[in-house]
Amino acid sequence: MATTGTKSWAELKPAGASRIPEGLWLRCPGCASMIYRKQMETNQHVCPECAHHYRIGADERVRQLCDDGAFEPLFDDLRCVDPLKFKDLKTYKDRLAAEQKKTGRHEGVITGRAFIKGRQLVLGVLDLHFMMGTLSSVVGEKLTRAIELATAEDLPLVIVSGSGGARMQESGLSLMQMAKTSAALARFDDAKGLFISVLTDPTTGGVSASFAMLGDVIIAEPRALIGFAGPRVIQQTIRQELPPGFQTSEFLMESGMLDRVVDRRELRNEIARLIDYAGK
Amino acid sequence: MAIPYTMEFEQPLVEIESEIRALEGRSGSGEQDYAEEIAGLRKHHDRLLQKIYNGLTPVDTVRVARHPNRPQSSDYIRMIAKDFVELHGDRRYGEDPAIITGFGRIGSLKCMIVGHNKGKDTNEKIACHFGCAHPEGYRKALAKMKLAEKYNVPIVTLVDTPGAFPGVGAEQRGQAEAIAVNMREMSRIRVPIVSCVIGEGGSGGALGIAVADRVSMLQHAWYAVISPEGCAAILWKQANPQTNAEAAQALHITANDNLKLGIVDDIVEEPLGGAQRDPAAAAVFLKEWIVSNLSKLRRRKPETLLNKRYDRFRALGAYDEVTPAPAPDPRPES
Repeated sequence: MATTGTKSWAELKPAGASRIPEGLWLRCPGCASMIYRKQMETNQHVCPECAHHYRIGADERVRQLCDDGAFEPLFDDLRCVDPLKFKDLKTYKDRLAAEQKKTGRHEGVITGRAFIKGRQLVLGVLDLHFMMGTLSSVVGEKLTRAIELATAEDLPLVIVSGSGGARMQESGLSLMQMAKTSAALARFDDAKGLFISVLTDPTTGGVSASFAMLGDVIIAEPRALIGFAGPRVIQQTIRQELPPGFQTSEFLMESGMLDRVVDRRELRNEIARLIDYAGK
Repeated sequence: MAIPYTMEFEQPLVEIESEIRALEGRSGSGEQDYAEEIAGLRKHHDRLLQKIYNGLTPVDTVRVARHPNRPQSSDYIRMIAKDFVELHGDRRYGEDPAIITGFGRIGSLKCMIVGHNKGKDTNEKIACHFGCAHPEGYRKALAKMKLAEKYNVPIVTLVDTPGAFPGVGAEQRGQAEAIAVNMREMSRIRVPIVSCVIGEGGSGGALGIAVADRVSMLQHAWYAVISPEGCAAILWKQANPQTNAEAAQALHITANDNLKLGIVDDIVEEPLGGAQRDPAAAAVFLKEWIVSNLSKLRRRKPETLLNKRYDRFRALGAYDEVTPAPAPDPRPES
């Protein structure tokens, strides 16, 4: 896609990077070397050669972050409806059913109580594997309840984002989840709660433009795509080549938009350290 | 003077309008008076206009909302605010003309007015990026709203944007953060806020100045998570007149749709045939809505105001709550 020597997003993130091909061995999209899948998986889905961070689902994230068995899911009784009877090339109903079958989950977020290195907190993890982690009414409601729980119980809050933005199939209602979660975070802030926002590849659109960028501390996994507008939309608008590394975690940190870029394997430690400094 | 601009669905009117003009031209010049014919044609014209505007499809509504002669924030400010004092700059990076902010008197109320600005002529449109604000625009809006809060001045926001600007500088300076912070802060600003979508309500770029106690839409405005074209390009894989129309329908973008969903509280009526046909009349309706709502909201205590504002947005969303499976018996304490 890119015509110059600089790397564009399309090159950094080849299509299907989120899906690891079947087989014992795989070619790392980061460094092109052949890696033993098991080794990558036991390395928290990070390439042992080049530290390329593979996209992971919410269950895997919870397993990686939380102490053994120290996660209690909450608000799991919320179910997606199809308020607009939305139909594009497929119906929203069919899309939801397919995603639910694929992920074994009702919606694109896990929320609950957790312990990370012995620190108690409220955790929310968006699931990229469910409709690209898009923000729907249920996702917004579960996150809002999680924020309100953290406020009521005076607990630190961690939300791990990975999302394509607001879910178009719920139109204005998903848009309103941005205001709803942001308002809940205002109350959490008034109560002097600590919100650590973790951004993973990719965090864009309505998710970045609401709770994800409202962390008291914002940390991102390396080389994640983070932005408001997608790179393609920007390119079409400005009709220019995008600068190298544009909208990566590193770019955002240089622009002053986030606090730290943290390797996935260090995430537990980092969260625990921050809670010790700023949590209650 | 307004530039002539005709939307396809208004074509049937054009012929009648030109007939009326022709008869008006002849009237008075000769011995014949065409008053009766003209009155008849006018009546016919208005009936047809009514019929056309009653039957607007969602994608037609988008056309009306984007009509080049449709009044913009700057027009409404001129028409409804006395003694407007424009205030510039975000004190951080720069001045974004895509959002106008300033003090003005609406009726007897001192207000802070914040509105997207699309621009009138080509130069102004380019400077305003056609109403697509940069982070500095959102930060300016917030700074002025906080100023209003300090002096207990209520806030009026006028929403009219295709969306926040997608560009390199905008990303670099934190477009996402600017919008997010505005929503968070607007939810706890301790003065009344009313918002009206006067034209286009494009996604986060709109919501970034529209977290309010009372939200309305002008009758022919649109408000949605994404523009019909953007949605068609993604979900239908291509944006063309057909898919744009389908997307506009599916997205529930009209004032009526948004009212039904609870996203807006009121629809502000427009003059027959849209605000572009009679901006002054549109301004009267808008002013009435602002004044009546602000006067009510001003009576609320700040705590009540904030709680109700929170509850308003808290309640939005559609989902089912299934009965949870009965919890296993609690283990006896040992």
